[in-house]
Amino acid sequence: MKSAAFQYERPASLEGALQILSENEGARPMAGNQSLGPMLNLRLAEPDLVVDISRLPELRRIEDSREAIVVGAGVRHADFEDGRVPDVLGGLLARVARGIAYRAVRNRGTIGGSLAHADPAADWPTIIIALGATLQVRSVRAERVIPASELITGALTTSISPDELIESIRIPRFDPARAEVRAVLSGNGLSPVIMTATGRAFSTGINSNGASVIKEAVRDDLEAHGFQELPSYESKLYQTSMVRAALGIANA
Amino acid sequence: MRMIEITLNGKTSRGTVEPRTSLADFIRYDCRLTGTHLGCEHGVCGACTLLVDGQPVRSCIMLAATADGADVRTVEGYRGDPVMDIIRECFGECHALQCGFCTPGMLAAAYDIVKRLPTADRDRIREELSGNLCRCTGYLGIINAIELALRRLAGGDGAQVSTRG
Repeated sequence: MKSAAFQYERPASLEGALQILSENEGARPMAGNQSLGPMLNLRLAEPDLVVDISRLPELRRIEDSREAIVVGAGVRHADFEDGRVPDVLGGLLARVARGIAYRAVRNRGTIGGSLAHADPAADWPTIIIALGATLQVRSVRAERVIPASELITGALTTSISPDELIESIRIPRFDPARAEVRAVLSGNGLSPVIMTATGRAFSTGINSNGASVIKEAVRDDLEAHGFQELPSYESKLYQTSMVRAALGIANA
Repeated sequence: MRMIEITLNGKTSRGTVEPRTSLADFIRYDCRLTGTHLGCEHGVCGACTLLVDGQPVRSCIMLAATADGADVRTVEGYRGDPVMDIIRECFGECHALQCGFCTPGMLAAAYDIVKRLPTADRDRIREELSGNLCRCTGYLGIINAIELALRRLAGGDGAQVSTRG
């Protein structure tokens, strides 16, 4: 199908984009268009105005510090996959990125767009919540920081207002002396598990009521349930369900 | 309506488009190059995949307006690229197409694989092709063709085509 008609603006700056969003109630920001695009073509979304933020340099910044990396919301999945984002988490971010859809999608799709779209099957929201990231969110009214765990309020629903944009995502580094990322299972995109060398495991997901779930458990519990890295999609699905059972997370 | 200008297969193409016009529709209906095929029109089947600034992209979910200024290559513009010449040769030798509907997208995906992943094995080729659907070949010929192209580009003679699945 073809999209319904809409107006289109491509502002040259983040300020310009925020101004347009503040003045147009029916406007939707468009970054890589890999989630919004299908919804437009299927006419599940019919915005009056699409604001193209795909070229804004302010959203493409990557900063690396001792405590965290700060990644612009417009950084693309392929940027993670190819190592253009510093690999501060033992290859975890690149691995998550590589699992997203297909290369053609990863060349356009952005981390901020994935988070703002809040698809329960998406890969970034769960992992970003698990890592304890925070989001820098801006509008013409205000600038605020929200924990990633408070972003998603339900399927395709977030705590971000229509006139706000995610500017960047701050992902804390793990202290290598104390912890490292061991593995992630993201077979169904709902429940990745991160294990650290200190034996802490994190699993996040969006449950059937749409609320975020965060659990911790010791590694022994996971190993007792047969936790190990397996290569195939099917085995990851299986392991994910095992881990969920071990952590007492009801399957959504 | 919006004025756009793209470099299409090395030549400048200008047009006036509605904002909702996809890059694929602009190429097919305005530029009259119908080698880019539209299957699902929502980013799933991969038939419309082409190269934007050298990278494979779904042209059904990229707006023509967004592509303004970009360098776009479609199946009509692959001739003369030595890498693509080898890929196309291998597609022919390995029977990597039957009806041909998926082929333009498959070629764009194959080009990306051989350029970006010169050491890809068959499993990796399969993984990388997972975004392009083919309803004829069962994929075996396509995987064989890409494997053969990788070998030829690496300097091997590539005479042997694997028949493993």
